[in-house]
This record gives sequence, C-alpha cells and structure tokens, in this order.
Amino acid sequence: MSVQVSGKAPTFARTGVRRYLPNSRYVSVLVTLALLIVMFAAGSASYRGFFSGQVVLNLFIDNSFLIVLAVGSTFVILTGGIDLSVGSVVGLSTMIAASLLRAGWSPAPVILVVLLAGSTLGLLVGLVIHYFDIQPFIATLAAMFLARGLCYVISLKSISITDPFFTSMAQTQLPLGPDLHLTPSVIVALIIVAAAFFVLHYTRTGRTVYAIGTGDQSAMLMGLPVTRTRILVYVISGFCAALGGVLFTFYTLSGYSLTAVGMELDAIAAVVIGGTILTGGSGYVLGSVLGVLVLGIIQTIISFDGTLSSWWTKIVIGGLLLLFVILQRVFLARKR
Amino acid sequence: MSQPAPVVDMTGISIAFPGVKALDGVDFRMFPGEVHSLMGENGAGKSTLIKALTGVYPVDTGRILLDGKPLSISSPAQAQAAGISTVYQEVNLLTNLTVAENIMLGREARRGPAIDWKKTRSQAAELLAGLSLDIDPNSLLSSHSLAVQQLVAIARAIGIQAKVLILDEPTSSLDTDEVAELFRIIRRLKQSGVAILFVSHFLEQVYEISDRLTVLRNGQLVGEYLTDEILRIELVHKMIGKEVEVLDDLERKTRTTADATDEEVPFVEAIGLGRKGSLAPIDLSVYEGEVVGLAGLLGSGRTELARLLSGADHADAGELRIAGKASRLRTPRSALRRRIAYSSENRRAEGIVDDLSVRDNIVLALQADRGWFRRIPKKRQDELATSYIKALNIRPANPDALVRNLSGGNQQKVLLARWLAVAPHLLILDEPTRGIDVGAKAEIQKLVIELAENGMSVLFISAELEEVLRLSHRIVVMRDREKVADIENDDVTLGQVMSLIASGTEA
Amino acid sequence: MSAILRGRLVWPIVTLVALLVLNVIVEPSFFSIRLQDGHLFGSIIDILRNGAPTVLVALGMTLVIATRGIDLSVGAIVAICGALACSMIAASPHPGSVSTVMLAVGASLVLAIVLGLWNGLLVSVIGIQPIIATLILMTAGRGLAMLITQGQIITVTSAPYKVIGGGYWLSLPASILIAAVMFAITAVLTRKTALGVLIESVGINPQASRLAGVRSRSIIWTVYVFSAVCAGVAGLMISSNVTAADANNAGLWIELDAILAVVIGGTSLMGGRYSLMGTLIGAFIIQTLTTTVYTVGIPPEVTLVFKAIVVIAVCLLQSPAMQARIRNMRRRRALAVKEGVAA
Repeated sequence: MSVQVSGKAPTFARTGVRRYLPNSRYVSVLVTLALLIVMFAAGSASYRGFFSGQVVLNLFIDNSFLIVLAVGSTFVILTGGIDLSVGSVVGLSTMIAASLLRAGWSPAPVILVVLLAGSTLGLLVGLVIHYFDIQPFIATLAAMFLARGLCYVISLKSISITDPFFTSMAQTQLPLGPDLHLTPSVIVALIIVAAAFFVLHYTRTGRTVYAIGTGDQSAMLMGLPVTRTRILVYVISGFCAALGGVLFTFYTLSGYSLTAVGMELDAIAAVVIGGTILTGGSGYVLGSVLGVLVLGIIQTIISFDGTLSSWWTKIVIGGLLLLFVILQRVFLARKR
Repeated sequence: MSQPAPVVDMTGISIAFPGVKALDGVDFRMFPGEVHSLMGENGAGKSTLIKALTGVYPVDTGRILLDGKPLSISSPAQAQAAGISTVYQEVNLLTNLTVAENIMLGREARRGPAIDWKKTRSQAAELLAGLSLDIDPNSLLSSHSLAVQQLVAIARAIGIQAKVLILDEPTSSLDTDEVAELFRIIRRLKQSGVAILFVSHFLEQVYEISDRLTVLRNGQLVGEYLTDEILRIELVHKMIGKEVEVLDDLERKTRTTADATDEEVPFVEAIGLGRKGSLAPIDLSVYEGEVVGLAGLLGSGRTELARLLSGADHADAGELRIAGKASRLRTPRSALRRRIAYSSENRRAEGIVDDLSVRDNIVLALQADRGWFRRIPKKRQDELATSYIKALNIRPANPDALVRNLSGGNQQKVLLARWLAVAPHLLILDEPTRGIDVGAKAEIQKLVIELAENGMSVLFISAELEEVLRLSHRIVVMRDREKVADIENDDVTLGQVMSLIASGTEA
Repeated sequence: MSAILRGRLVWPIVTLVALLVLNVIVEPSFFSIRLQDGHLFGSIIDILRNGAPTVLVALGMTLVIATRGIDLSVGAIVAICGALACSMIAASPHPGSVSTVMLAVGASLVLAIVLGLWNGLLVSVIGIQPIIATLILMTAGRGLAMLITQGQIITVTSAPYKVIGGGYWLSLPASILIAAVMFAITAVLTRKTALGVLIESVGINPQASRLAGVRSRSIIWTVYVFSAVCAGVAGLMISSNVTAADANNAGLWIELDAILAVVIGGTSLMGGRYSLMGTLIGAFIIQTLTTTVYTVGIPPEVTLVFKAIVVIAVCLLQSPAMQARIRNMRRRRALAVKEGVAA
C-alpha cells in the first residue's frame, strides 16, 4: 500500500451512521450485557416476584464487595498478570478489622489499617514480581498462603463485630423510591468503579496499563513507565481486595479466617465473563462489573428456584465461563 | 570548517554478555544536523551500541556524553526524556491500539489530570500530516500494512522532538516512493539540527542519505569515515574483513537451467490454488532442480502462497499436484511427508526453538517424522549435527549451544540444516537472508545454487530483487495477492522485474 | 539434565536437606524405620506415603506446564474419581470383592481419561487458554463430584479398596509403590523416547514445532489426559486412605501444591525445559514442610505462614534475577582473585 504524497491535511471524521455504531472493541462487553438481560428476562418469566427493581438492586447490594474485587483484578489482568491472593486478603481484612475492633479501636483507624495492609501486601507482591522476575501466578499464590496463614495466626475462631459504625453500615438502607433501597456499600463500590474507569481511560497511567498488557517490551521501548505501573496495579489490587474485605465485614459483621476461600476465582471468572482477555491488553472495567452481576443473577435464580442444589450453581457457572470463552475465541478469530 | 561539538560522544564503550563480548572499546559520536550511519555485519555490535545509547543495556566500561554532559540512563524512558528517540527495526508499537493512541502514547495531551482525547487526536493528525500519511488516526494500527506501521513509528519518534533520532533499518518494509518520502523528512530534520543515526543494510540508501559512517566488526571499531571519502568496495571490505569477490563470484557462475522436456512432470503443480481472503487462485509449477524466485512487495501474497504449498495454511480453492498425484495438504506434517519443507520468514516466531540446543533444532523435523517413540539414536544425532555445522559453517561449532545465543545468520543456518536434514524435494525459503550479514548471505546463496544443481527444487522468496535475479531460473512476480507474471530468467534486468511488480507489464 | 537445570536444583535440594536436618535435630529418631507385622513404619515413610498423591498430581502437572499450559482442574478430578469409585463400591452388593473394586477403579480411570480429553479438547482444538479451560472444570467439576455423591460423604468398607491408599505391598505402603512406578514409567517414556524433547519443543515454540511437523495438537491433548489420569489415581489413593469420598474437600488445593512443586523443581511456568526430578524434590519439600511443622512443634495456626515463607524463599533464591546476581558475585570474586594474582 503506497502512501499518498499530498500536501493537504486529510480529514477523518466518522461520517454518517458509522458514528453511532459501536466500535468493534466493545463487542464482548455488549454480549455480556445481552446475556444479563436475557437471564433477567428468563428469571422474570419463571419466578414470581423476580421482575422487580429491588431484585436488580439486590444484585449490587449482595455483590458490592465482589465488584470492588473484580475492579482490582481487572487492573492486574489487563497487564497480563493475575492475582490469586485477593480472596485471602479479604479474609485477612475481616480478621484484622474484627480483632482490632474487639480490642477497642475505633472504626476509622481500623479501616485505614486494613487498607494499608492490603496495599502493602500488593506492593510487596509487585516488587517481587518485577525485581525478581517471578511469575505473577506464583508470587500471588505465595501471597495467598501468607495472607491466609496470617488469618490463622490472628485467630482460628470467628470473631463477631459489634461496633456501632459497622452495624449501621450493615443495616442502613438508602431509599431510592417506593420499595427500592440501596446500601452504602453499593455507593462505595460504584465510586471505585467510576475511579477505575477514569484512571484507565483518561490518565496516562491507565494507558500504560493497557500498553503493558499488549506488549510490555514494546511499552518499555516506547518509553512508558512500565516498572512503576506494573507494581502499581498490584498495589491497586491489594487495596481493592482490602476494601472489598471491609465491605464484606459490613455484610457479615464478623471476622473468620476461613472466609472468602476461593473468592479470587470468582473475581477472575467475573473479569473473564466481562470480556477481558487473560493475556492482557484488552478489556473494560464496566465489563467486569457486568460479569459480577451475571454471577449474582445466577445465585438469585437458584435461590428463587429453591429446588436446585448448590452443586448445580458450580456447574452452571462453569458452563457459562465456557460459553463466554468460546465466544471470545470466535470474535478474536473473526477480527483477525 | 570548524566542527560543532558532538551532541553524542561515546568513548571506550564495552559491553559483555555471558560468553560473548558484544562491544570492545568502541568510540562513536554524532553531530547535530548530520546523518550518521552505523555499518557492520550482524553480530558486529550495532544494535548493542544503539541499546547502550537508549538505556536498554548498561555499559560495563566507557563513557557517554550527551551535549557535553555525562549521560547515565538505565531505561528507555530516561533516554526519551533526555532527548533520544528511537524507531526500531521491528515495529515496536501496540497493534491493538489506534494509530493516534500509538503516536501519542505516554505523551497524551492533558487537561488537568485527565487526558484530553480530542486534543490528543488532533496532535496525532498533525504529525501524520507532516509525514503526508493519509490514514485515519482512529483506525487500529493492525489494520495497516507493515510499511504504514513503520511510518507511524517514525511519526511518533518525530513527535517526541528529540535531539537525537535513531532509525534502525527503517526502510526494510518501504517501497521506493515511501523511502523517498522518508529521506525528505530526514533532510528536513537535519536542517533543524537533529542528529540522526541511520542503520541499514541497503548500501545505496546509506550512500544517498548519510554524511558520516562508522564501521563496526566483531564488536570493535574499525573506523569513522565521511561518506564522500570512502568507496563502496572499501566499505564492504572493512565490514566483512575479506575481499568482496565472494558475491561477484556467485554472479559469474553459470547456472545450468533444468533441461525441461515436454513430458517432464513438475514436482509441484498448483492449479488454481487459492484461499479466500489471502490468495487469489494461482497456477504455478516447479520442476526438479529448478530455482523459482518469487518477487513482489510485502503483502503481495508470496508468503501466503508458500504457506499453502507447505501445508501451513490450507487452500479452499484449486488443487495441488505433487509428483503428478493430486494431494491435499492440511498440515505442515503432511507436506513434510511429501517432501516439501518450508522455512518461514519469521525465524524467531516460527523457526527456531530457542531454548533447545543446535543439535535438537537440527534433528527436530526428522524426529517429528519418525514419531514419538522411535528416537533418533544419540550417535546419529551427533553425526547429523556435526556434519551440518561443518557444511554450513555454523558458529559457534558447538552442537550443545542453545540456539538463542547464536547470531541471526547462524540461527538461519541452523534452520536450513533442519530442512536439509529431511532431504526435501522442494525447499521453500521465505526471506532466508533477511537481516543477515554479507558473509552469511553469500554462503546461503551459494548453497541454494548447489542444492538446485543436485536436483532439489527451490522456491526462493526475497524482497531483494538482486538476490532473486542472481539465483533463479524462473521468476514469478506477485502483486496484491495474485500472480502477475511468470518468466524465464534469461537476461532479465532489475528494471524489468520492478516494472512487472509495479504494473504487471514489462515496460 | 542440563547444567542450567542442575543449577536450579541446588537451592531446592539444599532446602530439602535443611528441612530434614531440622527434623532430625528436633527428633533424633526421625530417620528411623522399623519393621512391624511385615510393614515398614517411620516418619520418613509417613512423608513418602502422605506425599504420594501430591507427587502423582505434580507429575502430570509437570508435563502440562512444560507445554506452556496449566491444569487447575486436578483437585476436582481427584474428588470426582474418588466419588465415582466409592459410589460404585457402596452401591454394589459385594463391596468387599476384588472384582467390584477393580470395576470401580477401572470406571474411575476411564472417567479421568474422559475429563482429560475434555480439557485437551478445550485447549488444543478450540484454543482456549489453559488457565481458563481448566478453571471451567475446576468450578464445574466439584459440582459434578457432589452430583455423584448427592451431596453426601460416602463411606465404604472394602478391604481391597483400602489397599490402594492405606495398604501395604512388599512391606512398603502401596501408595508409595504406585507413585514410584508411575514416576519411573513417565521418566523412561519421556526421556528414552522422543516424547520429552517434543513436549519441550511444543512448550518453547508451538508454531515452529508445528511447521517442523510435530503433532503439537496430539501432544498437548495427551499431556492433559495424562495429568487427569494422574489426578484420578491420586483421587483413588486419597479416598481409599480414608475409605470415604468427600466431594467438597478431597484434593482441595492440591493443584496449588502440585504447581508449587513443579516450580520449585525448576520447571518454568512459561513452558519448555522441564525436570521430573525437580518436581519430585519440590513435592517432597512441600510434604516435609507439613511434617516439620508437627515435629518442630510449630503451632498449627502458623503452619501456613511457615509454608508460605519457605516457598517464597526458595522461589526467590531460584529466580533468574537472583541467579544472575549470584553469577555476578562469583564473577566479581573470580576477577578479584585474578587481579590479586596479577598484582
């Protein structure tokens, strides 16, 4: 293809209808949205009481912590990495919070300590991955053991939380209209989502995240701050895991060392269902949110049904993952 | 004429890697407003020197001054910040981002803390216009040809407004018009005082654009010369350290054209062979002992044809006859079974298995053919390895060396040895001499001629038309995914081939 | 085994030796083995016996990782195979007969092969990334296991079945023998035939291997089947040892231990060169860690932290960055010596 040797500056506005058609990059997110709508429709048709605004809001209320987790995991996965420690960090957060509250601390410093702990663990993981050149899978696996181990060290038995701030967060309902309510956790989760969206699409750091996932060697040669950003995403993941843990304590009002086992896999599943590719470089944080909602709606359908045993949940989630991944393959193949 | 102070002054640079001293006390300097070419074979140390300047490799000893001040950088980001901008040989951009995003990545226009996308896109558009590149900044980079991607990389480098611009093989994917445009831009940059480092294997281009030359050989400095003061022959002599007759020798050797009788059945005959979206139906015959050269630009379909003939892709139109029998090639394995071997142009991604030894790489195809359970006895493997190392002059001559530690030329030879070991009837060579030093190039070309003389058919693909002319009995020209000409190579000239490529007619 | 891998095995071997020494210091009778009723007993025997399932799973995992893949579903397969075998034995009228047991074992292994074929299909034919492809079975598989057991824990009383995981043969625990035999077969099969090199080639550069005529697809499919079979046998061992099938907890997180064993053993997660010996050492380190905790008297709450620290230490010491630093130190020392001599 030869280059036009012309003097005038060309114009490239997207004219006509093309301006309104979605960019092909967003296809997988739209598919997830479509699936969510289909499942909601199916549920509404099958069960009485399903078709209500509160059911939709409950998806957010019951899964606010997972939304925050999925946001953090999105950052890591976009760079082509993975964070297996987030579930354990959630558990650790509940333990730290519960034990500190029991020792008489007030809620604000407790929450601060928890967030700091998660971020610090993330920082250590990021440093190890970068400076020792260890695979993210292994490094975060070790962090998972460490965090879970620290849970056991703090206490093997569960500690309940009676602090008034926490209980109020658990019980407050923010009315949205007749028969509709939200909880503060949802607000927190949505703020995090908005912040993540801003960072990923409107800051240079966010662009660097995408660049690292697409090709970290190229990103480095292009002069991008790869080191700093790669470590940063693990800090973000640790922070989100800790915040998710805080929201989880609002939900459960206890600290238990065996809690949130395997939650990292839920987060990863949500991210994949949301259209983010595991090799990195492509994906949207809104997609991950939709992924969480899809997981949530499965649980809702099962609880409405009442007859399906818990093991069917696992099988259905597995099947859905398969469906999405195959769809991703089909779309990738077509784009090439 | 008083000389301005050099903007880049490297003295006594040495860099060693395990097992090899890549640079040994090299001096190099660049002056503002000058194009300085770095010359040398592969393994001479050119890319190592560039990477030292751009912060990719730390120097063991030596000193780098930028504008008279000591430069100590340890990352490409710092080099960029210091005013050194690089366009690499492999387009180092991110293919699933848009053109504008690639050009402005890391330097997006901002309003406060947030990126101002509108302004960013218009800045990118300006840079594209400056290069007279008429493409949509919102298009995905991957939707453009390699040549255009190269120019986008250059637009990015220019946008950084560097003091020093390094262009590493920038013309390898460009056609004549594009090269001319690039040189126009380089001259403009020269006038504004930018110091430009130009690396290229194309001697003609080097002589056309550069003011100064530095020659490296085996990691050491041979000398710095003004372009006007050194002849081409002298330059090549300094680069390879031996007389140039090697290449002329090749030229003079007469090729015995295959005695084709009317009844002779071609070894491979493609009839209307094609694949939707990648190759229009093609007729092609290759006879025993014949070298058929495929000429054409990047994207003309030569590699696609090679892949169809070798089972790497499968055709959805037409038929393929091998030794007269209709065959369906669905995998490279089936092609190898029928004695067709394909050496991919992408040596690194599709050729060498870099963490295995030279020996393992050489016997790989042979072993794959024997199956999983019948291992080639170690003694036989050693025999094969040592004989090919000797025959092809692979250095270092150590069968246990890991292929990743060999230079590009030697890696290519290991790859060749792999295909030769299966004794193919048809050997398809896709750009076997790309990025290889003059000495190794001559060796490979000599080998091709010998193989043909011994009865092997060779399909030779190369972007260097001189090479194709020198080696082929017959030349097939391709353009835009279809065959446009198929001519016997009796005294065909370069000009004729080029006009065939350009317009499909021998003007 | 090349020098590179040998170098990477230094730290794991040192760690294993250090752990064993620690055990002996605390409990001098650690290495003692006694013969009782024709069976061998001792701490070392316990380590070997308890580690046998992990060794098996890690064996299969090594080859999968060598092809640049990973198999997260092995834990689920452990549970499924144990569940099937126990359900069949419990449902049969003669749970104690050898033929029932053999039928149950046979059926479980066939199921394991089918599951391996499923994984292989997703990875090598459809082209799904291994981590996600096996995550699917990991998630759905537990559900499958619970489906088989209908959510109950199935206990069986069957002497022949008990032999697999808890019994003895030739005075050694049967599980050790089974693991040892499978290890030996795998080692011979991969190193004496071309399989080993071809697996490495596929892992290092799948496209180049394909162009060279290697049947990459078949190789990848095979290693996933092999991994599933290993997991199946491990599942039989585990459920036989407790003569019960617990779909929820059998083999929980065994995939993580297996992956750790492989990585500690020197095989890179990026695929390519692998070391079966390394995996064996890695698996023993992990098992010895658990035993050390008991012997040394570390409170059980700290077990996991202890394990994490040791694993982190080994991985760090083994990491390419650390190796490079050690090489630099050696080079500097050699240079200093040379200069000292010259001076």
